[in-house]
Amino acid sequence: MSGKTLSTLYDPLFKNNPIALQVLGICSALAVTTSLNTALTMSIAVTIVTAFSNLALSLIRSIIPGSIRMIIEMTIIASLVIVVDKIIQAVAPDISKSLSVFVSLIITNCIVMGRAEAFAIKNPPIESFLDGLGNGLGYSLVLTSIGAIRELFGFGTLFGITIMKPVSEGGWYQPNGLLVLAPGAFFLVAGFIWLLRTIKPELAEKED
Amino acid sequence: MEKESIFKTLSVAVGVCAVCAVLVSIAAVALKPVISKNKVLGKKSNVLVAAGLINADGYTLDAEGKPTQERADVTKLFTSLVPQAIDLKTGKTLDSLGPEEIAAIDERELVKKKETRLDIAANDDTAKIKTTPDKAVIYLLKDENGTVKRYIFPFYGQGLWSTMYGFIALDGDLNTVENITFYDQEETPGLGGEIAKPFWQSKWSGKSVYDPQGNVAVSVIKGTGDPTNPKHAFEVDGISGATLTGAGVGHAVQFWLGKSGFGPYIKSQKE
Repeated sequence: MSGKTLSTLYDPLFKNNPIALQVLGICSALAVTTSLNTALTMSIAVTIVTAFSNLALSLIRSIIPGSIRMIIEMTIIASLVIVVDKIIQAVAPDISKSLSVFVSLIITNCIVMGRAEAFAIKNPPIESFLDGLGNGLGYSLVLTSIGAIRELFGFGTLFGITIMKPVSEGGWYQPNGLLVLAPGAFFLVAGFIWLLRTIKPELAEKED
Repeated sequence: MEKESIFKTLSVAVGVCAVCAVLVSIAAVALKPVISKNKVLGKKSNVLVAAGLINADGYTLDAEGKPTQERADVTKLFTSLVPQAIDLKTGKTLDSLGPEEIAAIDERELVKKKETRLDIAANDDTAKIKTTPDKAVIYLLKDENGTVKRYIFPFYGQGLWSTMYGFIALDGDLNTVENITFYDQEETPGLGGEIAKPFWQSKWSGKSVYDPQGNVAVSVIKGTGDPTNPKHAFEVDGISGATLTGAGVGHAVQFWLGKSGFGPYIKSQKE
């Protein structure tokens, strides 16, 4: 595979991360990251949907009539999301319960639709698949790190296993309640964006 | 342009829809058995949570109610409860039914058929469910001597968006609430959906259901209750932002523990 093809996979991880740079998919990033389990499941679901919807759209991109382009994209994305939702319900019923509506809301996740419109509709299948995979992984990277921080400092656990015993259970750790609430995730997303732009100053927007 | 002709547009639309429909149908049909098995298991673990044998995360609880590190075997633990079928018309137990017949009672199926459901008088229908099944299964948690420690009653009622299905566990005195759980509800996540979370469910524990006259007095109030209020023992704090869901839960409990629900059975057990 050529370097350019591979860069479609790697770029969205840091250089063009969907959450940190494109600031897409924030709503679900706040909602499902209170625990690592849900964050990881959500990440896998979004990655699968983005990768395969990009692939499917790219395969039929030349025959999609312009007038119904968006509807076709939605139909394909929605079908994939339903399939993924059913699989989660069957394999991990508890996680499916705590993710509740957010799995079905992947349909409206800006990343999926955004990549379909911006990339898959005008690029060949393999590149589109890799682009979807890369963006899904970029989303996953942010989601799982936020999930890990929120669960570790908000509850003192990781994957539900106690790492730092909270005071309420007779331990020493006083959980940080802010991290469990949505604003906690906002701070972390902001922190992540800040960190990324400090390491790579070329990513910051130019001042007006 | 050839690409934009109506025929072409229609055939692409139909083609994409057909492929997607087949994909979704295959997934739905192939995974249905697993999903419904999970639902049955979910309902059973809900009963066990209400019985105080496991916590909401599926870990077994020790005698003091503290979670242990052991994951519960739901199916096995479920057999330690004694199921009892109740005729909702008379409040009598249906002792003639065998264990398999009791296990096969599905309240949601019973209300679908005219012969196996009872109509509720409109002024009595606080749970807004119109009909009840003619029989329902309750679960008893007994100690070694055979004394009932907890009674677990199924209940359901209309919330803001959905019908909420759950269990309420009463102490052996048939008045004090031990626990309340929900296994199926589609209230707003983060607001009404919080009724499925242990932090709110624990607010029910210790509340009294019946006033000295024997009427159902327990209710979900708006905001936080005042402990000096004589009615405090009957009032459960609502969730802010979920007043209607909370009221729905309160009404459903009132209905099912009242005269059209398990009231007659509870009365007969107290005598």
